[in-house]
Amino acid sequence: MIKSKAAAAPFTAWMLLFTIIPLGIVLWFAFTNADGQFTLGNLPHIWAQAATFGISIFYGAIATVICLLLAFPLAYNISRATERVQQTMVMIIMLPMWMNFLLRTYAWMSILENNGFVNQLLRLIGLVGENDYLPLINTGGAVVLGMVYNFLPFMVLPLYTVMSKIDNSVIEAAQDLGSNVFQVFGKVVIPLSIPGMLSGITMVFVPAVSTFVITKLLGGSKTLMIGDAIEQMFIGQGADYHVGATLSLVLMILILVCMAVTGMADKGEEADV
Amino acid sequence: MQTKEIIKLKDITVSFDGEPVLSGLDLNISDGEFVTLLGPSGCGKTTTLRIIGGFVTPDSGSVFFDGQDIADLPPYKRQVNTIFQRYALFPHLNVEDNVAFGMRVQKKKPAEIKETVDRMLKLVNLAGFNKRKVETLSGGQQQRVAIARALANNPRVLLLDEPLAALDLKLRKDMQVELKNIQKSLGITFIYVTHDQEEALSMSDTVVVMDAGRIQQIGTPQDIYNEPENAFVADFIGESNILDGIMHEDYLVEFFGRKFKCLDAGFGPKEPVDVVIRPEDIDIVPADKGHLTGKVTAVTFKGVHFETIVDFKGFKWMIQTTDYYPVDSVIGIVLNPEDIHIMKKSEYSGMFGDYSSYSEEFDEMANPEIDLTEEAEVQE
Repeated sequence: MIKSKAAAAPFTAWMLLFTIIPLGIVLWFAFTNADGQFTLGNLPHIWAQAATFGISIFYGAIATVICLLLAFPLAYNISRATERVQQTMVMIIMLPMWMNFLLRTYAWMSILENNGFVNQLLRLIGLVGENDYLPLINTGGAVVLGMVYNFLPFMVLPLYTVMSKIDNSVIEAAQDLGSNVFQVFGKVVIPLSIPGMLSGITMVFVPAVSTFVITKLLGGSKTLMIGDAIEQMFIGQGADYHVGATLSLVLMILILVCMAVTGMADKGEEADV
Repeated sequence: MQTKEIIKLKDITVSFDGEPVLSGLDLNISDGEFVTLLGPSGCGKTTTLRIIGGFVTPDSGSVFFDGQDIADLPPYKRQVNTIFQRYALFPHLNVEDNVAFGMRVQKKKPAEIKETVDRMLKLVNLAGFNKRKVETLSGGQQQRVAIARALANNPRVLLLDEPLAALDLKLRKDMQVELKNIQKSLGITFIYVTHDQEEALSMSDTVVVMDAGRIQQIGTPQDIYNEPENAFVADFIGESNILDGIMHEDYLVEFFGRKFKCLDAGFGPKEPVDVVIRPEDIDIVPADKGHLTGKVTAVTFKGVHFETIVDFKGFKWMIQTTDYYPVDSVIGIVLNPEDIHIMKKSEYSGMFGDYSSYSEEFDEMANPEIDLTEEAEVQE
């Protein structure tokens, strides 16, 4: 193996400048007050935001589960298709990601609005009254929908990558040994897809929990997630960097714990088999 | 020997993307037989096996298992198990769990599973490998696990799709013997697909030679080798010199302007035929004492014998001899009646059996690796 300290230097510098030092700054802010003195006084603010933390993890988890349920059969079918179909499908899944994230979320706004596309359609077919509307925008459901729509590719792609490496003859061997469709999935396809599931879960759950754009645009003022709470601490009138840093730190720890739990569940499953 | 028929394929036709793969195939397989489907890549042998396994549905025709039509039965309901070309072991399971897979699906009792796993691993000489990870095993060991895994399901018929193609020559020979022994001791039917004619001859009770989606000949290894039905079979099984001849009457054939006694009968008067002469059957004598005389054009040392290419009036023969005759020497040959095999003319007449363009390069084409990739494409 080739090891070179010189080659690693830019990376080390980058890590130091943009990961270690900023993290240190966040820590410093979290444990100091406005006068720059050490304090634990920021910590009680965490309890004030406990409900927001809870709702963030709840929405993030729901969005992650929905993404997984949608992405798994999709990724499996793509991985079993011919080379050309595979390339086209992956392309189609990636395509929206090249469109601006804000633009896509705004589009959902106009679709879900009280006078938006869906409600107009419902009025047209007479499912809601002429001056009535179905409350879609500014609900928790709209937030989860926005998360699923925006983060689904991050679940599909790692799953597809792992699944495309499953040899067809392994699936045939399972059938040959007496497994019906459900047993083939339960005993072979799902266990072999776990690495893809884990990276997919990480890549959907982390941005979903900490998002503030989606809640802002689709959740209205009623739905507040921890991302919004942190944003408020850095921008606007009530800004308090020290509380903001504390909340960020707690969010980071919570995500780490969630990931560790997922990882442990995976190991447990392996031992089980 | 009166044996029961276990598998019957009737008038099977299959095509992939408009390309015919099997056309009107009929095949009966007796219970307890070791049957080999032999042929070049793309001849339809793997497709035939996959039809029996349930992985390919024929466009038309019927598949019978023990007298019952199983054309619509999915693979998991069939009493057959398959050894796949590239083992197809489950990478997330250890040796024991791989072997136990089928029994766990069938919800057998743990004690019974444990007992069967140990018995199967012992059968394939892998006793004590229970907890080993699959990827730590060599190719030969992985293939043994695949065999144990298939046999643990107690199949009536075992399908083997070029199971030894990925192994090196020495290991392949050992495994041939082992597979044959396993088949004998269990007494179940083996259907074995290979493009290796030597493998087919040394292991099988019955060889089915296939080409272009059709069966060319079915018979015992001796029948196939000694009495090939057409030029394709004669050329594919071993080496053959194939000449144009005319049958004058029973037991008398003419070729190269000379009449020879032979052991074949039942042809029409003056019927054109293909004459097969195996390179190892030809006796070399001094030029003045031979039935025919020719000039040596090439000699290759093959270990057991010299492969000598001899020019007879512009037609080059291959002769295998333990004596060395240098290039340009003139030799005579003697052909005894039992050395001459007569075949009816077929679509393959004139395509094989002349060694004029023979070179070592043709041997390369029998390279199993090249074959594997081609077969895989055919399957898609």
